[in-house]
Amino acid sequence: MTLKAKLMATGAAVLIAAGSMASAQNTHPVTGETLAEDQTFIYRVLDEHSSVDPQVVEDVSGSEVVRDLFEGLYNQDEDGALEPGVALSHAASDDGLTYTFTLRQDAMWSNGEPVTAGDFVFAWQRAVDPELASPYAWYMELMSIENGEAIIAGEMPTSALGVSAIDDHTLEVRLTKPLPYFPQMVTHGTTFPVHPPTIAAHGDEWTRPENIVSNGAYVLTEHIPQERTVRVRNEMYWNNDETIIEEVVALVINDENQALTRWKAGELDRTEVPAGQFPALAEEFPGEAISFPRLCSYYYTINVTDTANPALLDPRVREALSLAVDRDIIVNNVLAGGQTAAYTFTPEATAEFEIPDVAKAGMSQADRNARAQELLAEAGFGSGGETLEVDLIYNTSEAHRSVAIAISQMWKQTLGVETELGNQEWQTFLETRGNKDYEIARAGWCGDYNEASTFLDLMDSGSGYNDAGYTNPMVDDLLAEAKTVQDPAGRQAIYTQIEEIIAVDLPIIPIYHYAGSYMMDADVGNWPVNNVEQNWYSRNLYKIAE
Amino acid sequence: MLSFITRRIAVAIPTILILVIFSFILMYSAPGGPFNSERPLPPEVLANIEAKYGLDQPFWRQIVNYVWGVVTQFDFGPSFQYKDRSVNDVIAQGFPVTLTYGFWSFVVAVIVGVSLGVAAAIRHNTWLDYLAVGVSVGAQALPNFVLAPILVLVFTLWLGWLPGGGWAGGQWQYVIMPVIALSTSYMASIARITRSSMLEVMNSNFIRTAQAKGLPMRRVIWRHALKPTMLPVISYLGPAFVGMITGSVVIDIFMSTGGIGQFFVNSAFNRDYAVIMGITILVGVLTITFNLVVDILYAWIDPKIRY
Repeated sequence: MTLKAKLMATGAAVLIAAGSMASAQNTHPVTGETLAEDQTFIYRVLDEHSSVDPQVVEDVSGSEVVRDLFEGLYNQDEDGALEPGVALSHAASDDGLTYTFTLRQDAMWSNGEPVTAGDFVFAWQRAVDPELASPYAWYMELMSIENGEAIIAGEMPTSALGVSAIDDHTLEVRLTKPLPYFPQMVTHGTTFPVHPPTIAAHGDEWTRPENIVSNGAYVLTEHIPQERTVRVRNEMYWNNDETIIEEVVALVINDENQALTRWKAGELDRTEVPAGQFPALAEEFPGEAISFPRLCSYYYTINVTDTANPALLDPRVREALSLAVDRDIIVNNVLAGGQTAAYTFTPEATAEFEIPDVAKAGMSQADRNARAQELLAEAGFGSGGETLEVDLIYNTSEAHRSVAIAISQMWKQTLGVETELGNQEWQTFLETRGNKDYEIARAGWCGDYNEASTFLDLMDSGSGYNDAGYTNPMVDDLLAEAKTVQDPAGRQAIYTQIEEIIAVDLPIIPIYHYAGSYMMDADVGNWPVNNVEQNWYSRNLYKIAE
Repeated sequence: MLSFITRRIAVAIPTILILVIFSFILMYSAPGGPFNSERPLPPEVLANIEAKYGLDQPFWRQIVNYVWGVVTQFDFGPSFQYKDRSVNDVIAQGFPVTLTYGFWSFVVAVIVGVSLGVAAAIRHNTWLDYLAVGVSVGAQALPNFVLAPILVLVFTLWLGWLPGGGWAGGQWQYVIMPVIALSTSYMASIARITRSSMLEVMNSNFIRTAQAKGLPMRRVIWRHALKPTMLPVISYLGPAFVGMITGSVVIDIFMSTGGIGQFFVNSAFNRDYAVIMGITILVGVLTITFNLVVDILYAWIDPKIRY
């Protein structure tokens, strides 16, 4: 080909590409909706993210940015199911201890270099490196990767981690115990690859917009702490052709009512619904106030160790307190944002989890109250006995206060229980609760991955998050057993059994399962309301022409 | 005068040192720590983090290291919360923002406040006086956490004239509302102090003398009354100026300016020790500096004062 012919051919290719881009701008390739001229998505975040370093990030708003900037082995689709990311597929050994991932050939860093298995090895070793001291090193422990714990403890070099690159496009991972849900775990930011030369060149400052090299659908172009983070489409991303949103802007707005005003003024595409305002806003802005289940539970944990209120060591008292909580009033009147009443710890939205038949879920509140009074009387309290007095602590927040007041009123009216409410500043609260220096405390838990064990593991007597100090050897055994069962239905049966035990032992009072609620502009397409972990990717969104 | 300034600076150094040590002790005696969360970290993970930030060392050692770093290298340490930033970065980014809207708030508060106060005093017990007093009492009674949302409601949602928040590098549209919200209550205080001070000055002998000599009213006010009137105002303005330029948490929260006040509060909640210390020292140094400036201004304005 002569130079001239070459030039003409390139010119033609550019024209064709431009033409197809132009038409892609106009209508959505799948739904056929007319797309807006301006494909910028602007959303509000409560607070500045702590980091956009995949191995360091620990907060929700940072993880949202990380999922746009980086791509791990697998992604989640709109429903939370796995879809290929950098990895096309994986194979597990028969004993479930070795996973081999096959990586795609066309994955690129934003500087044009290929993404290799070695980049993953580097990233995973980095996550457990005591020198980096990532707060999310525990996630690698949770993934049970060979030698992970010893490396974190400084007993082994990072090179001993059970992950290796067989070749540039084959990654092998070795586990210490079979984890049936291991593939789900690699959608988490901690496992995303990073570009070794960039980190070598810039150290801690490698995540700044002027330095960062990433492999996701977007690149970071601007970051003004406490004000805004801007990311724009990454032209080097392997699937860039399907990305529609050009630019994503996260604005830090601390006050949620102020954010709502700015949403109403059209400055934002998405903001949170302030507590209790959902019904009014849904009426005022039909179709723009959206609510959907989340993989989170709100509960009260009851101290059952020897520092407890002796009365609360009696399971009948705990059962009475649990029964007397009218969860429907909490979710429909106090919160009113689409939350659902909880009678089990694990939310119904959890993958493959079915809510077991817990007796109190099927009763009417009147029956529950009657039963609660009976139980409390049997335990020697209430009418005829002495007055039960309990302390309830929660961390300072309008919503927690409302729930606590409502519940203490229910306890008083139904059972004559005197509740002393105490709110504590967050850090103080965590310390008080962690030291088991409480009687009843507010708690919340969101799943790290979409499987019931992410909740039920808290009931293990050895769990660091078991604030109730609950021990039941049977539960410990069942939890250990569940880890070895490959068949989801078999695991489900075990989880059901554990929930049933908890419903009797009652170290916790489940109150409600969270709902996410947003004010979302009607022109935002494809928000993944069915993804209960709310792992959303800007590349799947689009703006519809108004 | 020079020896006075030297002495004041000499006193300032131990003052700041005491401030550092007290803040350090207070901060560490608060329950919790920078790496506590809903999800307690496994001990080996926590140990690594504490080692990285030197939190595993004895308390006295941490204070010594900190002070040493600040004094010798002007290094305020890394932020525990914002992992890719040092405290110097946090201040370098947030302080110019706060300084900008704080400075303009100061200018507005002084010009409007002094004018209102002087006008009210000169036209004592007339409608102008009542109006000025009414405005300043009203402004004082309207806290900025109420004023800020109202401003956004009116200028952003209803009128659509101004952006509802953000900073955008300090473009004027973004500066207006923070300045109004921050300056209003200061303006009210300045107006009231000016008015009462002016009333007192106007009744003093030297003003009566000036008037008796037949000087025109304008000249009496400009040449003779204004300077002594400003004395109590200036003693108020020193700390007020520091208060304004080191930021208002309320403005940062409601206007999302990214100023330093927001970092200050968040770092306290997150127990981000290094950031708390850095901003405390900044505010401390500024307060001491502007108190000194006020004292010097005093001597310049009031011939009776000699140091």
